[in-house]
Order: sequence, then structure tokens, then C-alpha cells
Amino acid sequence: MVAVTAGRTAQGAAGMTEAAAQTEEAAFEAAVAADERIEPRDWMPEAYRATLVRQMAQHAHSEIIGMQPEANWITRAPSLRRKAILMAKVQDEAGHGLYLYSAAETLGTSRDELLDKLHAGRQRYSSIFNYPTLTWADVGAIGWLVDGAAITNQVPLCRCSYGPYARAMVRICKEESFHQRQGFELLLALSRGTPAQHEMAQDAVNRWWWPSLMMFGPPDDASAHSAQSMAWKIKRHSNDELRRRFVDICVPQAQALGLTLPDPDIRWNEERGQHDYGEIDWTEFQEVLKGNGPCNDQRLAQRREAHEEGAWVRQAAAAYADKHRALGESLSQGPGRARPSDGSDTAVTPPDHSGTAAPSAGSEPSAGPSPSTGPEVTAQPMEATT
Amino acid sequence: MTAALALGDDALVLSHRLGEWAGHAPVLEEEVALANIALDLLGQARTLLSLAGDEDELAFLREERSFRNVQLVEQPNGDFAHTIARQLFFSVYQHLLYERLAAGTGEFTDLAAKAVKEVAYHRDHAEQWVLRLGDGTAESHERMRRGLDALWRYTGELFEPVEGVDIEWRALEGDWLSAVTSVVGRATLALPTGPRAGSWTAGAGRQGLHTEPFGRMLAEMQHLHRSHPGASW
Repeated sequence: MVAVTAGRTAQGAAGMTEAAAQTEEAAFEAAVAADERIEPRDWMPEAYRATLVRQMAQHAHSEIIGMQPEANWITRAPSLRRKAILMAKVQDEAGHGLYLYSAAETLGTSRDELLDKLHAGRQRYSSIFNYPTLTWADVGAIGWLVDGAAITNQVPLCRCSYGPYARAMVRICKEESFHQRQGFELLLALSRGTPAQHEMAQDAVNRWWWPSLMMFGPPDDASAHSAQSMAWKIKRHSNDELRRRFVDICVPQAQALGLTLPDPDIRWNEERGQHDYGEIDWTEFQEVLKGNGPCNDQRLAQRREAHEEGAWVRQAAAAYADKHRALGESLSQGPGRARPSDGSDTAVTPPDHSGTAAPSAGSEPSAGPSPSTGPEVTAQPMEATT
Repeated sequence: MTAALALGDDALVLSHRLGEWAGHAPVLEEEVALANIALDLLGQARTLLSLAGDEDELAFLREERSFRNVQLVEQPNGDFAHTIARQLFFSVYQHLLYERLAAGTGEFTDLAAKAVKEVAYHRDHAEQWVLRLGDGTAESHERMRRGLDALWRYTGELFEPVEGVDIEWRALEGDWLSAVTSVVGRATLALPTGPRAGSWTAGAGRQGLHTEPFGRMLAEMQHLHRSHPGASW
């Protein structure tokens, strides 16, 4: 943060006068108005902090739960190249979850606390991951549509007023663009393949289109957090604005794929210079949010199970760290980084594999040249116009 | 040809087993680490199988009796300690093997020179976890002991000479035993006492004689590819 905000560092609440509090608030408002970044040690309104924790946690949880529908196909991927790409993608998602939990921790919460809330059903994840992956083409549809919607949502977050979140999004969006391009390319291969493959691709797009539109959240007139988030510059665009932008991006891409979007009401609106589209089934959206989607129970159950069945491993790492700390050994050499506690909230860091870190498929330009209408071009213009 | 298939199948099958962990690991960092190792192995498998023919044909269209991997790598994941025991036995073996291949002049020199760096990480990862589980809590100690014990009988096969791999297999076995003995000892555990191989395992995998879970693994792995003959993906 720069000079304007230098005086806004956190102070103990005790001893802060009312005048000082007003100064803090005014400085915060001024920084947001001037498009400066708020940093972890800066003063911020409690509601701003709470909104960010809620949104970032939900975002992190989505990455973690979002591994499941795709991991469902790792063991069945139809070629070794596709298998490598998919494994790398699922690995990236775990990495995104880690970035986002770290960013959320700068607000005074902890990953364990957030995971506990996820497991208890007290924090949400994106509604999209409550839909099942029924065929291989679903992996492509998720890449193209779900990651496409996520990018449309997330590129503006790279300019979010909270610094750690904005910086995490810069890294994440780069990788997400890769995933989206790979998904597009997967669908293209299917669409141009055998009739059975083409049909598989079309069926997947039919099933994922509407849930992807729902990823932008409720319509503007029913969005509880939108106005405040926009005022704080956490959000930059309304749900409907982003959704419409996404439809505009997808229509030509679907044509390039040789696939149709399952909405007879999509048509170009000359007057608005945008596409109109059909009515979203908001009842279904609400049901999925309430926990009644096709896979809500299963997703949460698998996450809880992984956590519970892994408890003895985390406890072992903590116990080992405690013993060897007591013995005065250096912990810097091993994979365990344990917080001094009962082990239940122990972060276990494996050896740093950054030397080999899956440069493999994730960063491999294996998707080949993408067509000019391909997803690659979506992120940049979007950024430029916002 | 035989050697590329044998080493390629080892990497392919273990990669597949590690891929089954995705979304189930005990901690997020292990999601990343296990997927990372699986990806490295898959990369090795693709290179090796391509030396022997078409990677996808070899992976998806051979039946169980034609696979040449050792039985160790096809063993189901079990709990985390079981997976780590398998990783320890295999990654120490693979590290020592690839070090030798990288130093030689055979057809695997280049591949081994690249892979040995990856495998050194896999070995470190496995060893560090054996230490933590063995010397962690009473429960983790017991689980680690059981994992080592259950897989011990599949380790003898690792040192059956592979046709076309020109190294001193007995020396490799000696180095492997002392490396494994050392890390298991530091983990406050002892080496299992049972046989490392019997007539039922010695060299069996290399001859296409596998254990029962393997066929089911292949059924899952190959199903989609086989359902669309001739399609490209």
C-alpha cells in the first residue's frame, strides 16, 4: 500500500477513540475509491472482512469439491494424453484451493476452520459441482463451460480491492484459461469424431449449459450481497452482466465446435448488441443450493470421508514433528510442517517438488492450436473491456 | 522391446493406482504430491511404451496376460500407509535402477537421465512419510508396519533380470535392501520377516501372471477406449 493508506494499519481496538475510528473508516473508503489495494494489516470494516472470508472460502471450497466430478474420470480417460491433461488439471485445482485458503487466512481465519465449516455444511461451494459427470464428454463440457464461466467471473476479481485475493486470482486465471482451452479442444475432437462421439459431446453440452449459467448467481434483483460488494469493489460487475457476457462468448464458440446450445430462445438482439437467452430454472438453482441437487450429499460425504480417514496421517505428522522438535532436530528437511497443537489442525507440507512440479500436461501446450474463436481469446478482451 | 514394455508397464500401472487417490488424500498437499508423482510416472510410461509401439494401443488394448509390470505396482492402494509402503519399495528400486541406466550407454540412457531426477523426489517423498508414519503415533506405526508387511512378498520380483536391461541385478538388490533397511530402521520399524518371493511371485508379473485385482483395474482403465474402436480422442 502506498502513502495514503500508511496510517491505516491495524490498531488494537482498545484505546482507539471514536475520532480515530472515523479516520480509519474514511481512509478505507478513500483507498477503495482510489482503486488502491487493501492489505491484510490495513484497517477494514468488519462486514468487509466477513464478506471476503465468505466469498474466498466458498471459492476455495469450490476448487476442492470441484476435483471430484473430474477425478471421477481419471481412471477411465480414453488416451494417455487425455489422462495426463486431466490429472494435471485436478492437481491444479488442489493448488488453487491452497492459494485461496492461504489468501483467506490473511483475514484472520484458518484453513482448518474453513474446512470444518465446509464439512459441517455451514459454508457453500459452487452449485455446479453438484451435477454428475456421466460421460467422458462431461470432462470437456466442464472445461469449456464451467471453467469458462469461472473465468468470466474471476478475471474481474484480479482487480478486486483486497490485495491477497486479487493476486491469487491472477495466478489462478492463467491456469484456468489453459483448462478451458483444453476442455474446448477435447469437445472439438469429439464433435469431429465418430457419430457416437459427436452425440456424446452434444449430450454433455445439453446437460451442462444451464447449470453453467447458474454459476453467475441469482438475477440482479435477487442477489443479496451484490450491491455492497460492488460498492467495496470486491465485485466489479453484476451477475446478469457477467452472465450475458458469457452467453455472448459461448455462442460463436459453440458454432466453432459444431455443437448447439440447448436454448431455442438464444438470438442476437440488434438493439442491445447482445444475445437474448431463455429463462433460467431458478427453482432448480434454489433446490441445488439448499442441498437437494443430484450430488450434494455424495460430494460432501466424500470430502468428509477423506478428511476423517486422513486424521491419523495428520496426527502422525504432528506427533513426529513434536518429537523431533523436542530432540532439537531441524524440521526444515522434512515434509512435515506442524503447528503446535493437537494435530487436528496440522498442515503437512510434502517435499517441495517445484523442480518437477507437474510441468507435465498442465502447462504442456498439448491442446494444440486453438481455433480463432477458441476460449483463449476470451479472457483478454474481457479484461480489456472491464 | 521387452524391457521398454516391462518398465513402461510398471510406470503406467503405478500411475493409475496413484490417480485413484485424487479427491481422497488425507491433506491437500498430498493431493498435489500424489498427483504429481502419478503424472511423472505417466510421462515415463508414455515415453517407454512409445519405444515399444503405439502408447494407446499398448495401454488400452492389451489384456491382463500381456502386461509385463511387476505385481507390486498393481496392488490396490489400501490405506495411506499401504500406499506409502508401495511407494517406498518401488521408488527406491526405480531410483537405483535409473541411476544405473543413466550412467550406461543403452537405449534407456536419455530417458533414465531425465526420469532419475523425478524419481529422486518420489523416493524422498516416500521416505519422509515412512519416517513420519513409523515414528508418529502408535496407530500410524502399526499401520505402517502392516503396509510394509503386506507388500514385502512382492519385492523379490523387482530384481528378476529384465531382458534387455544390462545391469548387475544382484548388486541392485543389495543396494535396495540396505537403503530400505536404513529408512525402515530410522522409522523405528523392522523389516518384515516373511519371504520376499515364492514360486508364485518370482518373475510372475514380467511373464504376464498377475494378481486378481489387476484385471478389474484394467477393466476400468480400458472400458471407454474399447467401447469406441478406432476412435481418436
